[in-house]
Amino acid sequence: MNHSLTILTLVPFFGGLVVAGLGANQKNLARGLALFSSLITLAGAVCLWANFKGASGELQFVEKFDWVPSLGVQYYLGIDGLGLLMVMLTAIVTPLSILVSWSIKDRANVYFALVLWLQAGLFGTFTALNFFHWFMFWELGLIPAFFLVKLWGGANRGPAATQFFIYTMVGSVALLLSFLAIWLATKTPASPGSFDFIQLAAMAKSGELATKLHAAFGWQQMGLLIFLGVFLGFAVKVPVVPFHTWLPNAYSEAPSAVTMMLTGVMSKMGVYGFLRILLPIFPEQIRLVLTPLLWLALATIVLSAFAAFAQRDLKRMLAYSSVNHLGYCLLAMFAAVGAATGVNQPEIQKAAALDGVLLQMFNHGLTASALFLFVALIEKRSAGRRDLEDFGGLRKVVPVLTGLMGIALFSSLGLPGLNGFVGEFLIFKGVFPLAPWAAVIATIGLLVTAIFLLTLIQRVFCGPLNERWLKLPDLTFSERLLVIPSIALMFVLGIWPQLVQGSIDASVVKLVQQLTF
Amino acid sequence: MLAWTIYISFIGVLVLMLLPRDNARAARIVALFTAVLGCGVAFAGAIQQAQHTNLGDVTTIVKTSWIPALGASYYLAADGISLVLVVLTGLAAVTGILFSWNIEKRTKEFFAFYLALIGGVYGVFLSFDLLLLFMFYELTIIPKYFLIARWGSTRKEYGAMKLALYSFVGSHLVLIGLIAAWVVARTQLGHPSLDLMELSKISLPVGFQHWVFPLVFVGFAILAGMWPFHTWAPTGHVAAPTAGSMLLAGVVMKLGAYGCLRVAMVLFPEGVREWQWAIATLAVIGIIYGAGVALVQRDFKFVIGYSSVSHMGFVLLGLATLNTIGLDGAVLQMFSHGIIAGLLFGVVGRMVYDRTHTRDFNDLERMNVGKLIPFAGVTFVIAGVASMGLPGFSGFVAEFQVLAGAWQVYPITAILSGLGIIIGVAYTLRAVQKAFYSDLPPLAHSDHDAHPMEPITVPERVGAVLLIAASLAIGLFPGLLMNWIDPCLKSPMFARLLNGGAQ
Amino acid sequence: MNQLDYLQILRLAAPETIVTLTMLAVLAADLTVLREKSLAVRFNLGGLLAVFGCALAAAFVLWRQDHCNFQNGILMVDRQTDFIKAAILVLTIFTILISTSGKFTDHVGEYLSLILLGTIGLMFLVSSWDLLMIFISLELASLALYILTAFNKRNVRSSEAALKYFLFGGMSAAFLLFGFSLLYGAAGSTNLTEIANNLAGKGLDPLLIVALVMTVIGFGFKVAAVPFHLWAPDAYEGAPTPSAAFIGAGSKVASFYILATLLSVGFAGTEGSAVLHGYSAGWTPVIAIIAALSMVIGNLTAIVQSSVKRLLAYSAIAHAGYMLLGVLANTNASRPAMMFYVITYGLTVVGAFGVVAVVENATGSDAMKNFAGLSRRAPLLSLCLLIFLLSLGGIPPLAGFIGKFLLFSAAVAADEKNLGLLWLVILAIAMSAVSFYYYLRVLKEAYVQDAPENAPAIKVPALTLLALVILAGLVILLGCVPSLLTDHL
Repeated sequence: MNHSLTILTLVPFFGGLVVAGLGANQKNLARGLALFSSLITLAGAVCLWANFKGASGELQFVEKFDWVPSLGVQYYLGIDGLGLLMVMLTAIVTPLSILVSWSIKDRANVYFALVLWLQAGLFGTFTALNFFHWFMFWELGLIPAFFLVKLWGGANRGPAATQFFIYTMVGSVALLLSFLAIWLATKTPASPGSFDFIQLAAMAKSGELATKLHAAFGWQQMGLLIFLGVFLGFAVKVPVVPFHTWLPNAYSEAPSAVTMMLTGVMSKMGVYGFLRILLPIFPEQIRLVLTPLLWLALATIVLSAFAAFAQRDLKRMLAYSSVNHLGYCLLAMFAAVGAATGVNQPEIQKAAALDGVLLQMFNHGLTASALFLFVALIEKRSAGRRDLEDFGGLRKVVPVLTGLMGIALFSSLGLPGLNGFVGEFLIFKGVFPLAPWAAVIATIGLLVTAIFLLTLIQRVFCGPLNERWLKLPDLTFSERLLVIPSIALMFVLGIWPQLVQGSIDASVVKLVQQLTF
Repeated sequence: MLAWTIYISFIGVLVLMLLPRDNARAARIVALFTAVLGCGVAFAGAIQQAQHTNLGDVTTIVKTSWIPALGASYYLAADGISLVLVVLTGLAAVTGILFSWNIEKRTKEFFAFYLALIGGVYGVFLSFDLLLLFMFYELTIIPKYFLIARWGSTRKEYGAMKLALYSFVGSHLVLIGLIAAWVVARTQLGHPSLDLMELSKISLPVGFQHWVFPLVFVGFAILAGMWPFHTWAPTGHVAAPTAGSMLLAGVVMKLGAYGCLRVAMVLFPEGVREWQWAIATLAVIGIIYGAGVALVQRDFKFVIGYSSVSHMGFVLLGLATLNTIGLDGAVLQMFSHGIIAGLLFGVVGRMVYDRTHTRDFNDLERMNVGKLIPFAGVTFVIAGVASMGLPGFSGFVAEFQVLAGAWQVYPITAILSGLGIIIGVAYTLRAVQKAFYSDLPPLAHSDHDAHPMEPITVPERVGAVLLIAASLAIGLFPGLLMNWIDPCLKSPMFARLLNGGAQ
Repeated sequence: MNQLDYLQILRLAAPETIVTLTMLAVLAADLTVLREKSLAVRFNLGGLLAVFGCALAAAFVLWRQDHCNFQNGILMVDRQTDFIKAAILVLTIFTILISTSGKFTDHVGEYLSLILLGTIGLMFLVSSWDLLMIFISLELASLALYILTAFNKRNVRSSEAALKYFLFGGMSAAFLLFGFSLLYGAAGSTNLTEIANNLAGKGLDPLLIVALVMTVIGFGFKVAAVPFHLWAPDAYEGAPTPSAAFIGAGSKVASFYILATLLSVGFAGTEGSAVLHGYSAGWTPVIAIIAALSMVIGNLTAIVQSSVKRLLAYSAIAHAGYMLLGVLANTNASRPAMMFYVITYGLTVVGAFGVVAVVENATGSDAMKNFAGLSRRAPLLSLCLLIFLLSLGGIPPLAGFIGKFLLFSAAVAADEKNLGLLWLVILAIAMSAVSFYYYLRVLKEAYVQDAPENAPAIKVPALTLLALVILAGLVILLGCVPSLLTDHL
């Protein structure tokens, strides 16, 4: 059995232990080691990608051990296209985040250790296929995130961190209780209950799961209740409006490097959860409440866009924009599950939609983290100021920064030729036939996004120069080196999305087959 | 071999009494040596029994006739569940001594009482004769009282007396039930008997069970901290010295729960079924009430004290489910909470209070504790996270199983317990923030600038690491203990209890 | 009347004779040889002589194997009464040992002789199955006790206590005699078995009821049961501590034994029933009420005491309640259980009073606060105190716990079908839990409180310490292996 996935998760974990063991004043060593560890994992992820057989939709790099047989718990790892994408994203964003936080002085060893542990938690979540250790890593990712916000964050970090933690925990408890119910229902005298995502998906498809739930609980709608529990768990993470209120606070109070990871990768945990768990196991229930779900997705898209428009703090604006971008993923996912009556070639539309979701996840991860990287660069120069009104006409003073950030902003807007476009395009291509009215309403979101992003550009970069920033330094050489990879990827993926799509196509097709009856 | 855990502890007491009066160092070393030896014997005996016998069977260690007129025998035995708790006692004993390394006042008497308490606890977990079990159970009350009254802190005399009286009343309730059961069993058997194995095989009259069971169960449950008889626990825990709290919350409360399981439930299965709903209700109230009250405390130690009440609620809920997985979870939670509570009290009592001399959050907020003793902060975070039930630590598996068991019988209790878990997250987070990582500026002229806090000593570190390792080990490999517990639940002793209820 | 065989009398009453001779020897020795010596020497030597005599008597009584019902109940000799006599002698030995350090009197010889005299009375009491003999022995013992209470001429409370004791005692003796005469009138004989035979089948007629009540009053006073207990706290507090020990120990053993015999043999057939929902008139419900009252009032009043001797007095009242439980259970199992309880209680109480005596001699009073920090001032002494008080409280593995367990289980087992006496046992257990509180208060002073700055040093005399340690050891031993005692009861 190939243990690459376990090794991939253990490297940052032990790296974090080593870094944590360093003294408080060895910050050079700490950040060096952290960077080294993250680069190793990046190399490892690239190797994984190289060895990944994109044509097959099956799970690869599978590891499977019995762990607690009496409880039906196995150590079960594996990735398909979706998992690979997420692993890659994590591997790419982490070193960037570490580089951005190069100047952290206060308790540097703890900081970098927490970042590495966060990465380990993320890897674990994206590769786990048994609820037990999936949930373990899901929760374990929370702790470093909490402390990163709490100890190095902005003025209001305490309440923001607490709110973030508690909201997520409530969702987690709902998840736990729901899976408990499933476990109980799938228990037979001969075997313990099932925690295996793959097995449960198969049971759902064959209708066996519904029968078992009904038999165990006697209530026809038990499946719906359980679905709601699991939905809540992930809805808090994505987040779905109205469970999103923790996000703007957390994103804006966290140090920007941490926000890179939060928005780049952690938010994808929620969508990943939808794709890996909710959709395969509860397609029936989604169909049952399809319209309300679509409305929730739309609310997420539209309301957050308007909210972003109303913001004056740069980070809060981008935070709401994050919510908005992930809303499209939600829309596509729900539409893909919905019964497709009177639709021409539904499988192709669904495949397109889901393709779009995956691409959107990856691209948004890249773009959003890049945007916050820029915000960090600006903050460094402006001594922490990030209100829109504070700036003005910066392109005259920092043209390189303007240019590069502009590219990222346009990518976020969805300009064709940049990576942000591909995902959104595919989503709309898929959703339009499947749920036309929803697609139409969603375009409002596109519109408002364009408005506020352009407003941002206008306020910050164009217009009369704010006297205060006359002496603002432009990007240094090392900073440019830092930023170039992301920008390059934005172009590459915008022009040649096949680079990524090749790996995920087969998996998406398989997922669609899973969802169809 | 396991009986030596008891004897070693009491021999340790004797040796300590003979030591010269003011030699604290000698006292500590003797005490630690005794505890480690006892712990070693416990582990060795347990592993030996696990390998050579079927853990579902009760393996006799010693059995001699004692008072034939009563049918009482000196009967020590162990099955898988006993082994789990014996191992817990061993760990708790050693770490408690490590965390009390700094006791200077009348050290040898402190450790003498401490070891006497440990010996009594070992005795309870290994007794299979009702009179013997009861004797060891009551025996533990006296050392507890003196440990708190002499070496405790806040309101120590009041707390000690309250604890002793509550425990005494509880054990007397049990006594009434035991005597009544003895008489009725004697009529049924034809000869007097206090042998637990023998009594577990007969069926006492159902009407009798219906009123005897609540008596005996409540008697034991008082010590287990069941709501509303729990009020001794927070006061007692806060008043007790660190090692006292660790033992109290870690092990002594488990005596009550063990008594509930081994005596009340095994002997009176019809009684349990009759009162199952009441136990489950009170357990859930305890979970939520304990967590809710912990959320609003100003005193750091009170938070942990009330959290103990909440966690024991899980144990009682597990017991009330009357199915295999719930009982499994209950026993596992006994072990898990024993370790975690020990860790929590160790941090609060020894690491923080002994240095800051205050447990008030309003004061701690301004002391920058997290920066001055980072080891304490990190340990508390780990302990808090384990206490929240984070997967990877022992609490998760235990709570998960209890919830699974509860869902099968009274689903609403599982949901309410989930609420309790969330409140648990909240109060733990609050405590972490206020005590260690608060954002408030430190006091300008705190006298701790003049006396920087002494660094965390080696015994504290060793104790903390031991406990964390134990919790992690069981969290990651719960099979280690579940393999001991599961066979017991399939044994004839528990068959009557489980077969009638939902599986 | 048959020719009395004096040799037979001598043999049957040999233990009592030995003790009488000892008494005379002690008096003689004190008045002649030891006259000029110091108080301590006189007490020690006289005490040792007395102890030796008692030991001899005890050894003899355990060795002999006689069975005889002499003169129709005047002197009943069998293995059981012999064992009780031995127990009484052992208690006397310990009482004498703890009295040897006393400073309350110069009349050493008289004091010791009175103790021995009381012992003789108790020994005769135990083997009496005849009403007259019971009365005579009881009076002999009581008179000795009255004077013993008064022995501290330097303390006015001693005289006051003795007077109260005497007046109460005299009146109750009158009640007892009156009851006995009525009983004789109703039954036509003074022998217990003959009384039972004559009364069989007659039911409960008014004469018998009055006789019963009078008897119970008389004995109720003797054992300090409520509502006849009012003398006890003052007597215990005012009397010299060894006398109090004697009142609480030896006399209780004998009184309970003979009360149980009297009621179960003499009044057999008129027991009635005290079970819940099954009440029927007789002596059992009467005893039940008295027992219940004693337990409750004794324990509750003890909570507020600040003098340790008074506390022990009220605890004695409470324990009398428990022991009455054994009396009313009236089965084959309950008698040995009750005797075990009483004997071990006696041992414990002698020990407890012994400790109090030492503290009183050192500090001048028996107030609870004088015990502060005892564990540091006199570790071995306070350890003994710990054992005695915990045994009284009923903590395992001490004799008090086993005694209570045996007694309560026998009481419940008395009505196997319906567990009718459970209400009384529940009350007993509840009150026992209450008692724990006040014993713990004394121990708190000893172990938790610090000694005050100028606390007088406590020097424990060797003989007393030896006695206390042996007693403590016995309490622990009997707690762990009760069969040592119960096999013989």
